[in-house]
Amino acid sequence: MQALEVTDLTVAYQDKPVLWDIDLDVPEGILMAIVGPNGAGKTTLIKSILGLIKPAAGNVLIYGKSYAAQRHMVGYVPQRGSVDWDFPTSVLDVVMMGRYGELGWFKRPSARDRKLAYDALEKVGMQEYAQRQISQLSGGQQQRTFLARALVQDAKLYFMDEPFQGVDATTERAIIEILQNLREQGKTVIAVHHDLQTVQEYFDWVTLLNVRRIASGPVSEAFSSENLRRAYGGRIAFLKEEKAAGD
Amino acid sequence: MSASTEILLIAFVTATACAIPGVFLVLRQMAMMSDAISHTVLLGIVLGFFVFQDLDSPWLIPAAALMGVVTVFLVELFVNTRLVKEDAAIGIVFPALFSIAVILISRYASGVHLDSDAVLLGQLEFAFFDRTEIFGFDVAHALVVMGIILLLNVLLLLVFYKELKISTFDAGLAAALGFSPVLIHYGLMMMVSITAVGAFDAVGSILVVALMIAPPASAWLFTDRLSQMLIFSVIAAGLSALGGFGMAIFFDTNMGGSMATMCGIIFVISLLIAPNRGLIAVALRRMRQRWEFSQTMLVIHLLNHEDTDREEDECRVDHLWEHLRWQPEFAEQVIRYAEDHGTVRRQRGILNLTDEGRTIAESAMVH
Repeated sequence: MQALEVTDLTVAYQDKPVLWDIDLDVPEGILMAIVGPNGAGKTTLIKSILGLIKPAAGNVLIYGKSYAAQRHMVGYVPQRGSVDWDFPTSVLDVVMMGRYGELGWFKRPSARDRKLAYDALEKVGMQEYAQRQISQLSGGQQQRTFLARALVQDAKLYFMDEPFQGVDATTERAIIEILQNLREQGKTVIAVHHDLQTVQEYFDWVTLLNVRRIASGPVSEAFSSENLRRAYGGRIAFLKEEKAAGD
Repeated sequence: MSASTEILLIAFVTATACAIPGVFLVLRQMAMMSDAISHTVLLGIVLGFFVFQDLDSPWLIPAAALMGVVTVFLVELFVNTRLVKEDAAIGIVFPALFSIAVILISRYASGVHLDSDAVLLGQLEFAFFDRTEIFGFDVAHALVVMGIILLLNVLLLLVFYKELKISTFDAGLAAALGFSPVLIHYGLMMMVSITAVGAFDAVGSILVVALMIAPPASAWLFTDRLSQMLIFSVIAAGLSALGGFGMAIFFDTNMGGSMATMCGIIFVISLLIAPNRGLIAVALRRMRQRWEFSQTMLVIHLLNHEDTDREEDECRVDHLWEHLRWQPEFAEQVIRYAEDHGTVRRQRGILNLTDEGRTIAESAMVH
């Protein structure tokens, strides 16, 4: 069973296509990077898979069913900049929001949800910040908090929008370890990624995107210099030829 | 119940009822939307009056609430064209709807008591004369209406607390988890509209925004938790009602204006005295940091010249200011500060580091 199947997905703002006829087949238990230049539609792809943007056409299946039916299987880490970190709440409270989906409407979080939130904070090394106001966190700590919030969702398939954005090297290592840990538990992680240098080291699958799907598959096949050139045009001088796959 | 007790009670209930949805308006950066709504509900009331031909009809409230929602919808419609920004869209929609209401009143309803004074400033003072009988008790109509609205706000807050919180903080996640942020958004706007209609009678359309925004903005200065922000907002609103009531009696003036003024005064006081974020706390912290930093500069200077041939010259109390380029008085103050904190000692006109001072200097140099 495929973790994610996207067929003929097209998203447009008015008449301007942002994603053009995207097909994706993602098997279970892999770490997949979505890479592409700015404006390639990476965030839009994730948002339309999660039903946050209404596509003009196409179909999305998560473990064979629609997103609405499989919501509980999906975890989501939005871009760190998408929320107001001055919001009056604590780190633990933000993590607890990951439990809200399972709780559904009206029901209040219980002691068990609290415990799960604490455990998740421990996994990302943030337990001592549990009661901290979220605006006092550094970028890396904010990212870990979001990651913990996704962990308490206890999903099978995770979507992460730039989980490494604005974090230091230590945090980046810590986050990738957590992602690899998820993979070892048979979970699937799909992350928007910006650093082409680390794609081969961190991920086992990659999707190259630039409005259209340029390539998608195991890093060893899809992450070729030819595909990168097609995705980025001439703008990848910083990536040495020999670093790309195929050597 | 005496007339003044009852008026105070109406003021209190109105203010607290406004503060609750106000918290979410402030957090969603929609303060000006509440100003728009509190004006456009007038059009709803006028249209409702034309349909039901009765200014006391309970149907005027849903009619007005609907107009509030229409306001939000129209503003979003304009914003979604990406041709105008939200503040401009509000500036277009709300005067348009409000002016239609004003024209309709002056043209067709000038005989009824929907006069401009009442619309703009409210008439809390006269609320006492409009009586209703409920469960055999004879109470002011406005108290019953505002009481029900307050109860409704508290009830909805308790039931939808989690949903309001997540959709305000992270609408994307809320939607992904299956909550409908759009539904919650419009539900909240509906409650803002209903509350505005009720408050409108008491304080008038111009001042509703003060009751909705100032208490939550004051409360936010005191806390980092949503639940506490709600409680503090209600307290600030209650104080505004009480203070406004006292002020109106003392100066023998309009109650709505006094309440709104009190909201502003409470905000300014909060801005000054709030711990951590208040202006006084910030100024004190800056001052302390300045002294601490100067002390650190001093001990580093002493450490650098400790046991050198120039120590006699560099570390002399009366010449220190020249080396650090400080004003002599300031240098003297810093030295005294450092002495008080046990980081330096004076010995025959020369400054020496204590162990504590050395530790501070060394740890400051590491960074």
